[in-house]
Amino acid sequence: MSETMTGAQIVLKALQDQGVEHIFGYPGGAVLPIYDEIFQQDAVEHILVRHEQGATHAAEGYARSTGKPGVVLVTSGPGATNAVTGLTDALMDSIPMVCITGQVATHLIGNDAFQEADTVGITRPCTKHNYLVKSADDLPRILHEAFHVATTGRPGPVVVDIPKDVQFAEAKYMRPTAVQHKTYKPQLKGDIEAIYTAVDLISKAKKPVFYTGGGVINSGPQASQLLREFVKLTGFPITSTLMGLGAFPSADPQWLGMLGMHGTYEANLAMHDCDVMINIGARFDDRITGRLDAFSPNSKKIHIDIDPSSINKNVAVDVPIVGDVAHVLEDMLRVWKSRAAEPDKKALADWWAEIETWRGRKCLAYRKDDKAIKPQYAVERLYELTKGPNTYITTEVGQHQMWAAQYYRFEEPNRWMTSGGLGTMGYGIPAAVGVQVAHPDALVIDIAGEASVLMTMQEISTAVQYRLPVKIFILNNEYMGMVRQWQELLHGGRYSSSYSEALPDFVKLAEAYGATGIRAEKPDELDDAIRKMMKTKGPVIFDCIVTKDENCFPMIPSGAAHNDMLLADDQGLDVEVSDAGKAMV
Amino acid sequence: MTTQDQINTHTISVLVDNEAGVLARVIGLFSGRGYNIDSLTVAEVDDGAHTSRITVVTTGTPMVIEQIKAQLGRLVPVHRVVDLTVETDSVERELALIKVSGKGEARVEALRMSEAFRARVVDATPDSFVFELTGRTEKIDAFIGLMRPLGLKEVSRTGVAAIARGAEAM
Repeated sequence: MSETMTGAQIVLKALQDQGVEHIFGYPGGAVLPIYDEIFQQDAVEHILVRHEQGATHAAEGYARSTGKPGVVLVTSGPGATNAVTGLTDALMDSIPMVCITGQVATHLIGNDAFQEADTVGITRPCTKHNYLVKSADDLPRILHEAFHVATTGRPGPVVVDIPKDVQFAEAKYMRPTAVQHKTYKPQLKGDIEAIYTAVDLISKAKKPVFYTGGGVINSGPQASQLLREFVKLTGFPITSTLMGLGAFPSADPQWLGMLGMHGTYEANLAMHDCDVMINIGARFDDRITGRLDAFSPNSKKIHIDIDPSSINKNVAVDVPIVGDVAHVLEDMLRVWKSRAAEPDKKALADWWAEIETWRGRKCLAYRKDDKAIKPQYAVERLYELTKGPNTYITTEVGQHQMWAAQYYRFEEPNRWMTSGGLGTMGYGIPAAVGVQVAHPDALVIDIAGEASVLMTMQEISTAVQYRLPVKIFILNNEYMGMVRQWQELLHGGRYSSSYSEALPDFVKLAEAYGATGIRAEKPDELDDAIRKMMKTKGPVIFDCIVTKDENCFPMIPSGAAHNDMLLADDQGLDVEVSDAGKAMV
Repeated sequence: MTTQDQINTHTISVLVDNEAGVLARVIGLFSGRGYNIDSLTVAEVDDGAHTSRITVVTTGTPMVIEQIKAQLGRLVPVHRVVDLTVETDSVERELALIKVSGKGEARVEALRMSEAFRARVVDATPDSFVFELTGRTEKIDAFIGLMRPLGLKEVSRTGVAAIARGAEAM
């Protein structure tokens, strides 16, 4: 017999049955019955954030570093609207999240009641799916279904909006069962004929490249293992999007570094000149392709993606394979081995020789400075002193994010948390909080910029409350650096509103929050300051004063092709950007 | 212009769970992604299974039409998406109610035309008619065009309903 309980009790029971250990949230009138149940149990720990946006990013960090869904609980109205940024972020980066929102009582819906918002209406375009629960009888099914939808197929955020009277109403609880959803059935296995065609193409390739993305991470650690095996077997070069960093070890000689707008010279030229492109779990995003009509003009393209709508969306491909990365790679490896397929070694040697000349450009080299800390140097030193399998990096959004992607190096998946698709400034601190909750003994560092970090700075208070020793490493150049760089490039150096004026003293700010503040201003004091940060037990805000006018290179200017990259030694941004390019973000 | 750039009209049938908000999901997808809706009809078609059928007439390049179908298929309450223009030979019908007012020669001419088009008179006053007309979109467009100089007042159209020919169900 299933037990009868209140809607609020059903929520907690369902969370426990779904294996949820932590939820990130903020109470309010419309979720008080649920908070009352949280108070009376120990299985699910609630982390109180300081703003609902923080709860969503914390859940994202939690999800991305564990592979488990992140769970959020917020109240109606402003609670839900504040969560919208994080929901959109999770949708863009395919992060599994279940967000429970309170709603005014069913009889008040539509009456412009206090703290009422049309949450399902507002979140419809920024969730994978959403539900308004009108009866407690539907609540168990909907909650279990929400976890199923959020975590399977292409993962994403799911909102469950629960009116307050439904939280009080009694209904029978139902355990999660392996029910087949009547309409939602993501395809896991790839079409075997397409896999045969892909293997044929791969074995005949003369200038191949693997182009991998966040889908490899989302598919689970096994997908990264299979990818590594396949890349080793073929001997092909491999590059990855921002979201895919860590799926393939950066220490490996076959690794070309990240591709795209701020990717490496060798990765982008390999993409441009290749004859076979193997896209695994990436989506031909505009940051990657640059000018579409000049994108890799001479290649046959294989595209593995779990989401059929990613196929042929931006770039027409020759061999589409809809399926989960791990499942498809497993089949691909089996076919490759059973056919005893061999790559074209002679052609591959020539291809690698060409790639080596591009590598010889050393596109990530930068001019050192003895007097001031260069941001690239700061990330390099941070990497050298903090690297290890138990280190997790989050970022905010902007120049520092690109420098982190370029100069911090990842050997394992799930160690890199960044807002890729939406580009949400303020992602890093709350994401670090979420990662640290999931991995209490890990070293969790938010590589930040001084502008982004102020958007969600209050979450340092959450870190202090829960003794989460996150390290906020701010590359402080007193500018919204990427905005300034684009203004230099496209707007005649008129730095409209991009100077970070009236900055707080970050050391004193840390102290005011009950955290530790550390500042480094000179290159010769940087290493010791980083060591001090690592030795500090609690949360740290590290104010790293860096050179102010550094630009992020290499760069494919917007509207340009892969082979039109700007390198650091070109200096001066005296490049012609087309009007169409200027119109792009 | 290559076939890849050519903009064509497609009729797409979508079978969905008849749950709250499902139409908003479909419409939101079209507006959010900048796709066209030329016509849209929706009604429950199986009250036992609680399924509704949405028929959308849209235009786009082959790549855009593929995207529309893939995006529709991605919505959780969607059972099936069929492009009736590409995948099957289909029958398409629209119903229109057309109000025409006038006297004398124009009125007689309107009635004569309605007979030629097999429209039915569903309301009549001494100086007006309401015609009911069913048929393909082109036929209704043609009839409305003929009524315009004869005192066309108002048009209400259902939009296209479509179904595949033959024994197979969607």
